[in-house]
Order: sequence, then structure tokens, then C-alpha cells
Amino acid sequence: MKILVCIKQVPDMESRFRVSSSGNWLEESDLAFRLNEYDEYAVEQAVQLKEQLGDIPEITVLSIGPDRVGESIRKALAMGCDRGVHIRDPESSRKDPWQIASLIASFAGDKEFDLILTGMQSQDRGSAQVGIMVSEILGYPCASTLVGFSYDNGIISARRELEGGTKAVVRLRTPAVVTCQLGLNVPRYPTLPNIMKAKKKEILSVPVADFSVVDGHATTLRLYQPAKKGGGLVIEGEVNDLADRLVGILKQKTMVLR
Amino acid sequence: MKVLLVGEYREGKLREESYDLVAFADALGAQRSMVLVAPAGTVPTVDGTLYIADAAQCGEYNPEHHKRIILAAVEREDPDCIAFVHSSYGWDLAPRLAVALGAAQVSEVVAVAGDGAYEVNCCNAKLRRAVTPKTPRTILTIQAGAFSLEREPAGMPAIVPLDVPLEPDRIQFDGYEAAEKKGVDLGRAEIVVSAGRGVGKKENVGVIAELAKVLGGELGASRPVVDAKWVDHSHQVGTTGQVVSPKLYVACGISGAIQHVAGMKKADFVVAINKDRDAPIGEVADVLVVADVMQFVPALTARVMR
Ligand SMILES: Cc1cc2nc3c(=O)[nH]c(=O)nc-3n(C[C@H](O)[C@H](O)[C@H](O)COP(=O)(O)OP(=O)(O)OC[C@H]3O[C@@H](n4cnc5c(N)ncnc54)[C@H](O)[C@@H]3O)c2cc1C
Repeated sequence: MKILVCIKQVPDMESRFRVSSSGNWLEESDLAFRLNEYDEYAVEQAVQLKEQLGDIPEITVLSIGPDRVGESIRKALAMGCDRGVHIRDPESSRKDPWQIASLIASFAGDKEFDLILTGMQSQDRGSAQVGIMVSEILGYPCASTLVGFSYDNGIISARRELEGGTKAVVRLRTPAVVTCQLGLNVPRYPTLPNIMKAKKKEILSVPVADFSVVDGHATTLRLYQPAKKGGGLVIEGEVNDLADRLVGILKQKTMVLR
Repeated sequence: MKVLLVGEYREGKLREESYDLVAFADALGAQRSMVLVAPAGTVPTVDGTLYIADAAQCGEYNPEHHKRIILAAVEREDPDCIAFVHSSYGWDLAPRLAVALGAAQVSEVVAVAGDGAYEVNCCNAKLRRAVTPKTPRTILTIQAGAFSLEREPAGMPAIVPLDVPLEPDRIQFDGYEAAEKKGVDLGRAEIVVSAGRGVGKKENVGVIAELAKVLGGELGASRPVVDAKWVDHSHQVGTTGQVVSPKLYVACGISGAIQHVAGMKKADFVVAINKDRDAPIGEVADVLVVADVMQFVPALTARVMR
């Protein structure tokens, strides 16, 4: 059985963001990057499936991006993926979901993966398109937003999360694509021995130029800080003073404290 | 401009957000029609053409068949733009349609800029992106609540039944599973004090629960705290948790993601405690206390008890 997990590296959401001089993406030089949270669930699910099936599956983890995404591939390898593929593309942030999905599909096209896992969306752009588009291009069935996954004999039983906590129970046959939602499982922390082992695992590095890249369907015209709608009072300082001030405000403005 | 709106029907009900789509089309001044998979007799009060396929025959949830139905409506209507709600239904179907039609997709649109670019949030709403499609036809998903009708919609649609033959589907729908209803009912609490990922670890949740207790309120939580099993799901506030409307909401170490805010924006007064001065929760907070939760919350609890 062959499994592909597609991961993306994203900036830490707690960063202070600046717009790059091009005006349509982030100034990346002062950002810390990490593995997209949703993709951690995808990696974990693949590794759990491998554990369930007793080492039969081979897990390939794929990421498209500049050199730094190698770190996220290493993390996925340390979590238990078998080998990495890095499509080196310093311009990946300029590509739209259609281009990224097409790249993944052209990589996966002749490799007969039985299962492809992706996060349901990325934390930076949140477009929630790539995994589903990959399935459509490859002609695989796809279930998105999974919070439950089990596999038996070529059949995936899944729970898709809908609004208000309702779930849809679905089944699909491999080969298939699934996109993973927060809470699907509890992603493991790579242990030190596994981090060491991961260093020896192979990462195939291919320049994006080796692929014929399709034209994008949409472009980011501008990136900007939205106008603050006002927000409220911001208070800063020593914690005991802050507590006093807040209690004062609550007494004045609400009925909950007397 | 001609917009085809994809309405949503689930478990006996037309989902209200379908009307947000009408508001979106009206904001654009577009000519609109709607396509809906619903049981015979379900008719939204909205004027214009309504393409309707019978859910009894084709199932409420079935992305492959629903895609074919929407494509049939697209063929008749020839719209410039197809709009979904950014929901578990919309975000699942929109990319399928985008590939089928070779059309650009823009997800979770919150506004339309003066030059016609679609505005979407980026990086937890700390930034916005203006996106322009390059294809003649565009698929959009619209953030729920970003466009909403001021008045109750009125009118009677001209109904066009769609009868798309069923083909064997590769995704088998086995039914819905209801949300767990046991546990705390946060909906009626007057004070909710919620723990977010910023509390750091399970052992720290007690400090937040203690503040909730001295204030006479309930403990709430954001999703990562629930996913990590630090607290039970019944405490989760948000789109996939509970909607609360307390007199006071205290968000401790919560960034303010849209899905969380959707669950607490009806609170009368919001206090946020966050070490990040730029955290998006600041936009909805009446008071943002810039501090480390684990230092500030015990100080506040002590002060309230005094
Ligand atoms: C379909 C869907 C449905 C969802 N439904 C929900 C839902 O119902 N409810 C929900 O909550 N989320 C939901 N989410 C997840 C949501 O998008 C966010 O991921 C989540 O709300 C983030 O939780 P958080 O704010 O606790 O964590 P983070 O976003 O990680 O934020 C942590 C915050 O804590 C601050 N912080 C860190 N350390 C400290 C410290 N020591 N002191 C003070 N502050 C600190 C940080 O600055 C940051 O702002 C959903 C997502 C999707 C895609």
C-alpha cells in the first residue's frame, strides 16, 4: 500500500506580519515557519494507519516550497513517514491552489498511491481547495474535513465534520483522497530517537522546473492590514495593577461585579 | 453579471446562510438564480429562477451527484459566477466544480473591493488578501455573515426542476451523527471564562476554571484545548461548539479565529487576555489585557475574591 501525505509550511500565526515590497505577499525574512497544523493531523493519520497495518504501507511526504520547507519534511519523517519529496519552488507562495494541486497531481499521477492525505486548509491562506482539487484531477473519490477515519480492506469509513458539531458518516474505496480537520487524532511529538532516525531518511529534492506548471487561475493583487474596526480599550502593565484596573472597568461597565 | 447561488438544505431545513448568498448577489447588483437540492415542496422565499433537484431521489449529501446537478444548472443558466456559502457543504463542492469548469476559485470572501477584487482573510484575519480571478467564470465561497440581508427575503421563485440521472457514486453517505448534547449548557450562562491554547498545558486549565468559579460563571474553551483533551467537548465555544451570549465573556489565551468568534460575538462585554497585542481577538474585545494569562489570571482571581 502506498500513501502520500501533502504538507505545507506556514508562518507562525502569532507573528507580527509585514507586507513585502511587492505588495502582494508577506515579508518572510523576519518570520518563523512551522508545519501547517491541519497537515499534522494528516501525517499522524498516515502513521497510525501504517501502525495498524503492521508496516505494510509506505508513506511518502511531499512539500512544495523554498529550501526552508525541508524542516517540515524532516518533522513529518520524524513522526513516522518513510521518505520525503521536496519540490523546490521559491515562488510557491505566488502560486494559486489550482497550480499547487496540479503540481501534486502531476507528481502523483503515475505512482499509484492508494491514499492521499492533506490538511483541510492551510493556516495562512485557508483556501481549503488543494486536497479536493488533487482528487478531481486524479479522478479519485474524496472526502473532506475528516474528524474520524478508519480503514479496512480497501474501504475508508470516515466522519466529516459539519456545522454545529454534526457529522456525516461516509464510506469510500481506495484509491482516495481525504482532507483532515483539527481533532482527527492527537499528533505525536517526534521523539529524539525518531528525530535521529529521520536524519537518515531519504528526501528526494526536485526543482519545480522539472514539472510543466499550469497557468494560475487567480492572482493575489494586494495584501494589506485590514483597517482596525476600533476594537476596545487596550491595557498593558504590571499584572496586579492590570487586575485592579480591569475590576474597576467591570464594575463600571457591566453588572457582573459589584 | 449573472450569479448562480448554491443553496443548502440539511436534515429537514433550508440552511439560513443560503440567504447570505442572496445578500451577496444583491450587494454586487447581480442578476441571480439559485440551485438547490431539497425535498419537493421546499421553496425558499426568494425571487428569480430556482433550479431544484429532489433530495429524496439523490440524497442530501453526495458531492459527486450534487456536482453534476450544479453543472446542469450552470449549463442552463450560463452564469459568470457561482457562489457557495463557505461551509462544510460549500468548501467541499466548490473545488470540485472549479476543476470541472476550469474556473478560478476564491474561498471565504468577506468583501468585494472597489476594483472588483474579492477580499479574503489571511493569517487568522491579521491580514487581508485581494484576489482577482483570471478565468471568465469564477467560483466563490462566501463567509457566513459577511453579507447578510437586512430585511426578511420575499418573493416566489420560478421553479425549474432538474432531473439529473443518478450514476453510481463512489462516496457512500451513511447518515448524520448528531452533536453530543450532554455536559454543560453554556448557552444560558451569564459569565463564560474560556481557556485557549495560550494557557499552555492541561494543568493550567484549573487556573482559568478557578476564575470562572469565583466569578460565578462557567468554563468555556477554544477548539485546540478540546482537541487536546484538556477539557470536554461540551465546553467548546464556536461554530462547531456552542454559541454563547453571556453578559461577560473572558477569552484567556485565545487568538480570535473566525470560527471561535462566531460562537461568542453575542456576548455583551468581552475581555481578552493575550500576550499578543495584535491578536485578532482584540477586534471584538471591549478590553484587551496584554499580559501572560498564567500571570494575570491568578492576580485577577485574587483581586475578585478580595
Ligand atoms: C471548520 C472549522 C471549525 C472550527 N470550529 C471551531 C470552534 O467551534 N471553536 C474554536 O475555538 N475553534 C474552532 N476552529 C479552530 C479555529 O480556526 C482556531 O484554530 C482556534 O479557535 C484557535 O484556538 P486558540 O485561539 O485557543 O489557539 P491559537 O490560535 O493557537 O491562539 C492562542 C493565543 O494565545 C496567545 N497566547 C499564547 N501564550 C500565551 C500566554 N502565555 N499568555 C497569553 N496569551 C498567550 C497567543 O498570542 C494566541 O493569540 C475551527 C476551525 C475550522 C476550520
